[in-house]
Amino acid sequence: MLGFSAQAKGKKEKLVNLANETAAVLSFELHPFIIIDNAGGITLINHRPDMGQASWQAVPMMIAEELEVTMDQIKIEQSTGLRKYGDQLSGGSSTVRTGWKRLREAGAAAREMFLQAAATEWKVSKADCYAEEGRIYHKPSGKSLGYGELVEQASLLEVPKELPLKAKKDFKILGRALPRPEVPSKVTGTAEFGMDIEVPGMLFASIERSPVIHGKVVSFDDTNAKKIPGFRMAIKGERKLPYKALESVAVLADNYWAALQGRKALKIQWDNGGSYAEMDSAKYTAKLHAAATQEAPSYSNVGDVEMALGSAKIVRQAMYETPLLAHAPMEPEVAVAHVKEDGSCEIWAPVQGPDGAITEVSAYLGIKPEQVTVHVPFLGGAFGRKGYLDFVLEAVYLSKQVKAPVKVVWTREDDIQQGPYRPAMLSAMRGGVDANGNIVAFQHTLLGESIMGQVFQSFKEGSPDPWAGEAISHEESPYAIPNYKVGFTRVKTEVPILWWRSVYPSNSSFGHECFFDELAEAARKDPLAARMELMKDNERFLNVLKTLETKSDWNAKLPEGMGKGVAIAKSFDSVCAHAVFVKKQGTGVVIDRVVTVLDCGMYVNPDNVRAQTEGNIVMGITAATKPAITFANGKAQQSNYHQYQMMRIDEMPKVEIHIVENENAPGGVGEPALPPVAPALCNAIYSATGIRVWKLPVDLKKIG
Amino acid sequence: MAKISLTINGKPQELDVDARMPLLWAIRDVVGLKGTKFGCGISQCGACTVHVDGKPTRSCSYPVTAAAGKKITTIEGIGTEANLHAVQKAWIEEQVPQCGYCQSGQIMSAVALLDTKPNPTDADIDAAMRGNICRCGTYKRVRTAIHKASKNLKENGVTGEE
Repeated sequence: MLGFSAQAKGKKEKLVNLANETAAVLSFELHPFIIIDNAGGITLINHRPDMGQASWQAVPMMIAEELEVTMDQIKIEQSTGLRKYGDQLSGGSSTVRTGWKRLREAGAAAREMFLQAAATEWKVSKADCYAEEGRIYHKPSGKSLGYGELVEQASLLEVPKELPLKAKKDFKILGRALPRPEVPSKVTGTAEFGMDIEVPGMLFASIERSPVIHGKVVSFDDTNAKKIPGFRMAIKGERKLPYKALESVAVLADNYWAALQGRKALKIQWDNGGSYAEMDSAKYTAKLHAAATQEAPSYSNVGDVEMALGSAKIVRQAMYETPLLAHAPMEPEVAVAHVKEDGSCEIWAPVQGPDGAITEVSAYLGIKPEQVTVHVPFLGGAFGRKGYLDFVLEAVYLSKQVKAPVKVVWTREDDIQQGPYRPAMLSAMRGGVDANGNIVAFQHTLLGESIMGQVFQSFKEGSPDPWAGEAISHEESPYAIPNYKVGFTRVKTEVPILWWRSVYPSNSSFGHECFFDELAEAARKDPLAARMELMKDNERFLNVLKTLETKSDWNAKLPEGMGKGVAIAKSFDSVCAHAVFVKKQGTGVVIDRVVTVLDCGMYVNPDNVRAQTEGNIVMGITAATKPAITFANGKAQQSNYHQYQMMRIDEMPKVEIHIVENENAPGGVGEPALPPVAPALCNAIYSATGIRVWKLPVDLKKIG
Repeated sequence: MAKISLTINGKPQELDVDARMPLLWAIRDVVGLKGTKFGCGISQCGACTVHVDGKPTRSCSYPVTAAAGKKITTIEGIGTEANLHAVQKAWIEEQVPQCGYCQSGQIMSAVALLDTKPNPTDADIDAAMRGNICRCGTYKRVRTAIHKASKNLKENGVTGEE
């Protein structure tokens, strides 16, 4: 028996999968995200790679709620980048907020089609039918039919235009802390990550890249590499950045260990091209400070800051510095690529966006997008790094040369030393307080490299970077300060940079919210009270601050040796504030507890909202307090976790997380709790010790 | 090249590998057990943690030759979805993993801790678990899950390794 496929009505497709010789199980794609077969099997698509942010559960849950199925009734599959799934980039804390309406509508459409199909079958009114747990019931008689029994008829119907969506009070699964379906596989070691993928005939590659990024290969000698058992060949590789191709030397072998040993045995002469030795953190910081004296293109320019500063009683200014940071996900970069004889290419890689991978790989090879297939496993963390596809194109390049599947594995040293990184930035702050103790002027100039400029080569001179106003523009930080100016000046660097969890606010909220405290102090106001006063006309911000005041018991007298700090930031459509409490200990401080209030609108899984917030707090504290990435003479000075240190379990403070309950449209959850961490912590340090922190990282053991 | 005999999860294995190969890569690429993960290669992150004769060991820095004649346990030998170890059950109840990549190592360290200290204090947990990095930041739940597993093991009797 032969399988066939036929186009059904509307946009739906009928796909035939032969189960056995006697009975064909027919699958129907009612919607790209909803595939139901006539044996009752239900498959829902997750179109956003799961990097720990729980899209694997959230996306199907949004569909399942309206489809009227339980999560136990469904199978989940990862999308492969095809256009019919829409935007498949996990990033920008966008999966729930962009999917909330669209995915629920998909589920509702299928549900309505099942209702109609059953009503037609039974010759009854659709109004007398209802859907529950994968079945349509006829209320008056109690009879029912499963979706599998109705799917063929449903697939012939037009997709309805009227799509009633449930109110929050009627949600059966959305808003519930359901256990995530892939967690059992993650605790038994059976979940498949990019690092675990193997395909027949695969060669392993370990690549030596220039220690001074941008260096060129003059020559290489593989005499000693050849002696390694399992060594196959040493060839020039290519690391294609979005804006530039870099040179490298790759060793290919039968197993990873052999490839790594072969690479270590290479002798390579590099031409580091004089100017790249300029990649140097101290030199770049000086450039930032020099650029801070210039007028910056602005996002917000309310009132007249210069005039207000001219007549203010107290004028303050300060420079806040944040360093380069590596993403350092636990799973280093890895990709398997197979460029085949017919010119097509198959990819297995932990990428944040398979659709972007199809676009980049097809352009790189000069083939059609239809000739590229991308399989996305679970990602062992990403934080933005795996949305930059240099590591995938490295595997593609090698596979094309050797005409076999190639797996490129980055070492941790590669990951720490080769970038791209979160940029180092400077916040140049100025502000003023009048004779009545009002904050009358606030100016924030953010300086640093532009992602739009470097990664996309698309920066408009004379304009501020389109993304760098997040969290700090007057729209996003609506303090009712009558004279308010926020701007951005691009200061280029050759160090490759990229978005890192929460992107620009991870740099800019530090200066923004710490300097607010400096002005509050000049105004002789409690920092939380000062914020509430200046946000009193913004219901959302005010509610978050008031809730924080209560939940943190902010106004209680602190024991001797303790300090408290607050910070608030809006990013990715959510508002988050932390109150951090620190305790003096020896020559430094320890963090006693963090109290958080997050307004992210409606959410899918409250436990995951808490988990993401816990994660943001850990990452924010790590970024604020642990040694950063520094460059000297063109090279990253850190190589692995012994130097680029992570917070560990014994440093974890108590955290209390409070989610604001409302019926507002979902805001982001993956990133918004990160930006306010550093400033809340540093404001607490000032409260406990009287010491202002203007430069991150701050060593908690020595800040006393 | 060297011929090594060892036992992994109760099964004898005869390996013929580069003598300098770390146990991690023998487990992953030669024996084919992918649950043990590569994170750093210098014993800083703990993702590669296995048990060697019951003791938690960073397999990325442990030569395969040193494993000769020893009993190795990996995450696959701790429990399966059909037959979970108490630690794995607690990990699921507390929804500990986010990306999950570090969690095999976390669980191996936690099981070893509870094998030697069935009622660990927070300080015991700090000491036993500080070698396991989690970039997703699941530390709060790791601690809660260890206390929960400890309590469940006490109430239900100890689940031994396979």
